[in-house]
Order: sequence, then C-alpha cells, then structure tokens
Amino acid sequence: MSKRNIAAVIFLVIVAVFFVFSALMMHPFGEPEKTEMDQYIIDNTQGETGADNGVTSVVFDYRGFDTLGEATVLFTAVASVILIFRRLKK
Amino acid sequence: MSGMSKIVKTITSIAFPFTMIYGLYIIAHGHLTPGGGFQGGAVVASRCAMILFAYGSVWTMGKIKEKHLSGLESLGAIGFICLAFFGLIFGLQYFFNNFLVGEKGLNLIFNQLAIGASNINTAGVLPLMNFAVGLKVIAGLFGIVLVMAYATSLKEGK
Repeated sequence: MSKRNIAAVIFLVIVAVFFVFSALMMHPFGEPEKTEMDQYIIDNTQGETGADNGVTSVVFDYRGFDTLGEATVLFTAVASVILIFRRLKK
Repeated sequence: MSGMSKIVKTITSIAFPFTMIYGLYIIAHGHLTPGGGFQGGAVVASRCAMILFAYGSVWTMGKIKEKHLSGLESLGAIGFICLAFFGLIFGLQYFFNNFLVGEKGLNLIFNQLAIGASNINTAGVLPLMNFAVGLKVIAGLFGIVLVMAYATSLKEGK
C-alpha cells in the first residue's frame, strides 16, 4: 500500500467514527424537542397574522428574512444561467 | 427541439387551462391551504415547460423572449423587497412587518383577522408576498428551461 492509500484509509476511519457517533447521539426520530417558540407560533398565528396556514405565516412573516435569502438564491441562479446561455445564441 | 406530434400539441392545449388554474389557485390560496408562492409557481412553470416541449423552443422563443421573463422575475423580486420595506414605513417600524393586519395596521382590503374563517382577504401582506414570489418563481424557472432548450436546439443545428 502506498502512503496515499494509507492516508485515505485513516481519513475514512476517522470520518466513519465521526458519523457513527453523531448518528448515535442524534435525537430520536418523531419526538421533536419542544421549544417555547413552537408553542408561541402555534398559539398566536391566527391571532397575529390572520393566516390559516401556519407554515406560510412562518415563512413570510415570522421568518421573512429567510425567505428573502431563498429568493435571492433563486434570482442568482436564474441570472447566472441566462448569462451563461446567452452567449450560445450567436 | 422542433416540437412534437399533433397529438401531444392537442393534449397540451386541452390541459392548459386546468393546470394553469390549479397553479394559480395554489398561489392565491397560499395563506389558507398548503402551498404558496414557491409551490404554485413551480406548478405553473412546469405547465409552461410542457408547452415549450410540445411546441418546440423556437416557436416559444418567438412568442416570449427570455429578457421579458427576466424582467418579470426582477419585478417579483422588487415587489417582495418593497413589501418588506413598507413594514419599515407604515407599520411598527421593523423589517418584514405585517403592516396590513391588526389594530395598528393600515385597514385596507386584506386586513381581516379571521379566526378559523378561511376568507381570501385575510392575513395582511402574506397574499401579496405570495403573488410576488409566485411571479418570481414562474418567470425564473420558465426562463431557465426556455434558455436551456433554445441553446440545445441551436447546438443541434435546427
């Protein structure tokens, strides 16, 4: 085995150990940890925003800044694709 | 791509209004039912992509150019950011304030606080933001597909 392969094996073992431990330490599936923010949003969504759909009220109102970033990602993707393929027209 | 057979074109034309209405319904009812601007925009954009594949990219490019689509997308982005900044001006002076709803808000059309009543004129600024994001997603995704298909057809030499 060359040095390169040995280094690769060591790296692989380290990464595997890391992933196994983090998988063992993970929170059990289907039992989300309750926070105060969840209960606040569930209780006050209809009273504060008037929206029946709580997800939309979180996405566009409580966490609107995240949606702005999401929209920026989409805008950048579209702008770059149009920029690349514009040169192929001529 | 230079279009598909007559059968595909006919079926696409027949199915056009129903799927378009379905996508626009998802956008317009984003604050009441599951869905919203992104999801409904994806439905409408895939509808437009179906027209593109049925009729060919050259025909579609003759109908609508990609600069119009990118203009529409910028319009959606500007509307979204303007609605966010209006919260600074009209409402409680913070970014992304839902300034059309509540006691302190402007009492315009979308001002109702409906507790369990699924009216369309509720939720303040959320439907307007859904429209803006929906316009943005429609124009953006359809622009991507249109430009890629047109470039592929040019490479094939048709």
